Amino acid sequence: MNTAYNFAFFDEGSKREIRRATLKAIAIPGYQVPFASREMPIGRGWGTGGLQLTLSLIGKRDVLKVIDQGSDESVNAVNIKKLVSDTTGIITTDYTAEATLIQSRHRIPEVPLTKDQILVLQVPLPEPLRYYEPSESETKKLHAEKEYSGAWLMLFEQIMKYGSMTTGADHPVLVHDRYVMAPSPIPRFDNSKMNASEALILLGAGREKKVYAVPPYTKVVSLDFEDFPFEPETFEDKQCRLCGSTGVFLDELVDELTDETVYQCNDTSYCLEKLNTVGVK
Amino acid sequence: MTGFEVPVLSVKNLNKQYGPGCLYCKDKSSDSLGKNYCQVCGTVYACRDVSFEVFPGEVLGIVGESGSGKSTLMQCLYFDQEVTAGGAFVSSYENGEKNLFQESSQQQRYIRNHIMGKVYQNPLLGLRMNFSSIGNIAEKLIAAGSNHVGVMEDRGTDLLNKVNIPVHRRKEAPKNFSGGMQQRVQIAKALSNNPPILLLDEVTTGLDLSVQASVLDLIKGLQRELSISIVLVSHDLGVIRMLADRTLVMLEGQVIEEGLTDQILEDPQHPYTQQLVHSLL
Repeated sequence: MNTAYNFAFFDEGSKREIRRATLKAIAIPGYQVPFASREMPIGRGWGTGGLQLTLSLIGKRDVLKVIDQGSDESVNAVNIKKLVSDTTGIITTDYTAEATLIQSRHRIPEVPLTKDQILVLQVPLPEPLRYYEPSESETKKLHAEKEYSGAWLMLFEQIMKYGSMTTGADHPVLVHDRYVMAPSPIPRFDNSKMNASEALILLGAGREKKVYAVPPYTKVVSLDFEDFPFEPETFEDKQCRLCGSTGVFLDELVDELTDETVYQCNDTSYCLEKLNTVGVK
Repeated sequence: MTGFEVPVLSVKNLNKQYGPGCLYCKDKSSDSLGKNYCQVCGTVYACRDVSFEVFPGEVLGIVGESGSGKSTLMQCLYFDQEVTAGGAFVSSYENGEKNLFQESSQQQRYIRNHIMGKVYQNPLLGLRMNFSSIGNIAEKLIAAGSNHVGVMEDRGTDLLNKVNIPVHRRKEAPKNFSGGMQQRVQIAKALSNNPPILLLDEVTTGLDLSVQASVLDLIKGLQRELSISIVLVSHDLGVIRMLADRTLVMLEGQVIEEGLTDQILEDPQHPYTQQLVHSLL
């Protein structure tokens, strides 16, 4: 453990400021709370928002898991884990069920989260209305007045252009019947996991200096139309080539030698756990 | 129009000033009333005690030179700007008992979406140039509570058909359209929720003569067909002569003359109106 820094890198005042913003975010589900985003030893846009939330919340007995696009071993995840364990001395894990704090980029784990866990998501663009209205002061007004025709209009435009809603990720959701929220670029497949989630979900945008939250057991509805209902990605008749899982989010891989398309679990730790307990298919 | 009919829109003593005003210009007997700005404190009085009524199916023209307060008046009526004092009452909203300017901004949004439509002189203000034409119309429909893509698409296609936009170009963005076409898309957008009142702010200014004629024909035809009430602002007496039943003449922020259009144009009373009519070739 590196003792040159205070516990969890930040000084106590900084942690308190971030926690205060977090508490406000939890009190107003889906509302973007501005906070004093700090300079971090990793680049902006590499998860500084999530990292600041993680560092402000972490305690000596916490167990941390960091996921980057489903993987526990990619550069981003490894570096964040290193920084946190270096400045706190806590242990990290790959197993979702073991972790008390999970920081994730663009995925919600396949293993259902419990009420003892906190999920921290990294957010690049927290404002769901940004493409519709570039001005921040205007979007604030739109949120205040619950004027969300712009959010539906963006989906309408997709239908006009491509015949269906084409948000591959970051499909806007309505939280607690009040605020429209960008769920961070998780695939549509994961949107339903936010609804009535047992775990607290926190979302942090470091560059945009915003935090927002979905408290446990909160209603989260994906936006859609009467004749174009929301549909998550489906992987019917497909299974993971390694562990044989079905009903999970699968990556499509093309074997360049044989030109064959194969599918594999996106959540690597889920896949590994299954392989370890059940054995190779 | 008989005097016994209930006005669709009545505006009472609308005032709009830029600046705090001083003792000198608040004194109505002082010379400062001759001009629309105060020589002592520099306060600009864009609209001074403007009152008028619009009756069902009537076209009210407002003429006046550049800087006479016509556009400010229209912006105030569409809540683009806040008024300093005065009231506006609409018969189809709360039986005309509530002053629209004192309603909350959510209610004003409701009025904009359900009761009024506005066509701006500059299409950039009235349209979202990067969204499709049909999406522009859908924006108003969504804001009014529609959540059915098929219904909105039919309605949008219908409206665009009505304003002579070719069906195959309905999904194109207005930025690719000519000025006249953009103006017609604006008209379709303004009409999307069947508003009883249409505000037209210099709709034909800047268009060439043949396009002007086609836009005017269109407005006239729609007005007859839908029997909506129109407030039409223009500095072009030809447009006023063709469309307006009744006309107000504005100068320095005040209404100086009011009457039937023929009467104003054939027998002007006020020196400024006489000058205006004589300047017409």
